[in-house]
Amino acid sequence: MVQIAEEIFQKVQVALVDALGVENEEVTPEATMVGDLGAESIDFLDIVFKLEKAFGISIPREELFPDDVLTNASYIKDGKVTETGIAELRKRLPWADLSKFAQNPRVQDFGNILTVADLCRYVETKL
Amino acid sequence: MRWFWIDRFESFVSGKEATALKNVTFSEEPLDDYLPGLPHYPNSLIIEGMAQTGGLLLSEIQQFQQRVVLAKISRAEFHRIALPGDQLRFTVNLQSLQADGAIVGGSVNVSGELQSKMEMTFAILDESFGEQPFFPAANLLRILRIMRLYEVGVDSSGNRLTIPQHMLDAEVEEDGMPGE
Repeated sequence: MVQIAEEIFQKVQVALVDALGVENEEVTPEATMVGDLGAESIDFLDIVFKLEKAFGISIPREELFPDDVLTNASYIKDGKVTETGIAELRKRLPWADLSKFAQNPRVQDFGNILTVADLCRYVETKL
Repeated sequence: MRWFWIDRFESFVSGKEATALKNVTFSEEPLDDYLPGLPHYPNSLIIEGMAQTGGLLLSEIQQFQQRVVLAKISRAEFHRIALPGDQLRFTVNLQSLQADGAIVGGSVNVSGELQSKMEMTFAILDESFGEQPFFPAANLLRILRIMRLYEVGVDSSGNRLTIPQHMLDAEVEEDGMPGE
């Protein structure tokens, strides 16, 4: 069971419903942003903006999207993130649940691992 | 048909906010067939006008050397229709600016009455989308002059904006002489 603060979840839910045009019920902690909620890359700009406003925080892009790790040749082999790369991702994204991704860490799948619960835990680290 | 849905800037503060005017006239083609029996200026073109005002506000920050596209209309609420004779006053403000995009909020007023409110997301394209500019600099400068951007535009300290050198150069190259 995913443990996240209810108050944070509710505000994140409002932001996602507003930004993605999804229903309240669709925004569950387990829902993935891209696969389940249909977020496209441009939506993240909107989502980040709405979260910054809702929580009064600043969200640097690289904190949510570790593109530099995923494009760094020393962390990637045959289209997959290496063990060192996974360790780096865990260090950079301590709030994200990477256990499923780590089982078959194809770089192309990384974009779809972020869940609503991950986002809530990330926000919590900023408060 | 020209695809410009604002007539001129009334104010412009670089990287912050702008107001632009659009006069609705009965002689405009878009009023003819949009809703027979009730000629009015379509809300979709008001969205486009807002996108043009916001897009120019955003593009000016990098002296019109970045390619900016409307990526998403996050919200658009309309409170009344725009009729022949109305003057629309677009007000936009830059709410968030990132390397790959920006959020712009805005409203449209007619004679002080709220006509619409909008929020939109723009994408700033990188080189993976090619390197050709959307608008040749000389053409764009001609439009900006018509819209009086450099007559009313100021920077964040209130100093008058100057026309970027690359646009003046492009104008000289095309016309053989600067436009003013």
